[in-house]
Amino acid sequence: MKSLDPRINRIDVPEDIPPVQEHEYWQTYEVFHQEKRGKQHVHVGSLHAPNAEMALLFAKEQFARRKKCTNLWVVKTADVFATNLEDEDMFETIPEKIYREAGGYKVTEKIAKYKESRKV
Amino acid sequence: MYGNLTITDEPRKPSMQEDSEKLAEFQAKIDAGEKIEPHDWMPAEYRRQLIRMIEQHANSEIIGALPEGTWITRAPSLKRKLALIAKVQDEIGHGHLLYNAAETLGKPREQMINDLLTGRAKYSNVFNYPAKTWADVTVIGFLIDAAAIVNQLANAKGSYAPYCRALERICYEESFHLKQGHEAFVYLATGTQKQREMLQDAVNRWYRPIIHFFGPPDKVSVHTEQLMRWKVKMDSNDTMRNQFFDTYVPKVLEVGITFPDKNLRKNPKTGNWEYSDPNWDEFFQVINGNGPCNKERLAVRKWAEEHGRWVRKALLNPAEKYRIPLS
Repeated sequence: MKSLDPRINRIDVPEDIPPVQEHEYWQTYEVFHQEKRGKQHVHVGSLHAPNAEMALLFAKEQFARRKKCTNLWVVKTADVFATNLEDEDMFETIPEKIYREAGGYKVTEKIAKYKESRKV
Repeated sequence: MYGNLTITDEPRKPSMQEDSEKLAEFQAKIDAGEKIEPHDWMPAEYRRQLIRMIEQHANSEIIGALPEGTWITRAPSLKRKLALIAKVQDEIGHGHLLYNAAETLGKPREQMINDLLTGRAKYSNVFNYPAKTWADVTVIGFLIDAAAIVNQLANAKGSYAPYCRALERICYEESFHLKQGHEAFVYLATGTQKQREMLQDAVNRWYRPIIHFFGPPDKVSVHTEQLMRWKVKMDSNDTMRNQFFDTYVPKVLEVGITFPDKNLRKNPKTGNWEYSDPNWDEFFQVINGNGPCNKERLAVRKWAEEHGRWVRKALLNPAEKYRIPLS
């Protein structure tokens, strides 16, 4: 091939190659990134890798080459169990669930009333 | 970096078989500014267009690294070499992020690679032009990346969550590309007579491909209203091109470099930039495989694929099964 690029002219570029096979790019991993000590690990994306060690290596290149990073986790996508997005409504807090929240418990008024009654 | 979604065929109307109630719910969600996640219900046409757009974007990142990558060994200083290596690595990283986002819509990675290698899938036209001198690399690093950022910032506000998440990371990294490109550009522009001439020559050669980058004018571009309503496409080609001219024409002119078009000017009445016909026939010729470097780009990509095959095979564990990435 006649190219402007001397490097291209030196390599033997193929006319055609056999197609990439199904699964040739292995399986997928989910990546979790901890920005600094004491912070939560946060999901930052996914990648393809043949095994966990390689997944960590790729994760370092892909997700930790810029910002600060103290720790990385990788988890096989297949091992993640998740709720169905269609069931999103199951997380809604109904008004009756106020008993689970700090705001459901109020004493100020009672204390004030009590103090008032003692003044006599 | 990436151009616009320009290679759209006529968008298909949402099929009659599509549940009209679900369709309305879907539209309402998008109108309310909510994001669509991979396992949400979505119209088949939304999925099809998104796969193609994200896939083209991913291909552009990978192919876009080729004209720059071959200049790493010939960079004029250690500082420029370091910057170029980092930039090329970023572009490949962006390609991976984007392929993953496209995979969440159901198209496997291997299929996308095969479609690129056989020419079925496209990438940004601009990478079918050669980088003849170091000044070309400088123009790519400044103006092509600038154009890509205009496009990517718009797309980051789109409706498909995995694409937005990938773009957020990409835009953050691209800001370094733009800065180093601008610095390299100003360095040549304020340098010796020879450096200035080299840069002017490169700008002259890249002027038309840069106009092409945003795609044909709205009046001839394929109908994209539905895609805009679904927030797949965020702005029209002309809007983005105009935005690019607004910001970057002054930055080129202020260092005494000119554009090879005496009709390039901002119309003070409309606020729109006017320019000479950049030969849209050439644009379509290049898209269809007849640009100066189409064959070379794919050949180099095939070479890389073929030479990596034995490594991938050696690492393969046939018992492991592929899963679609989560998000």
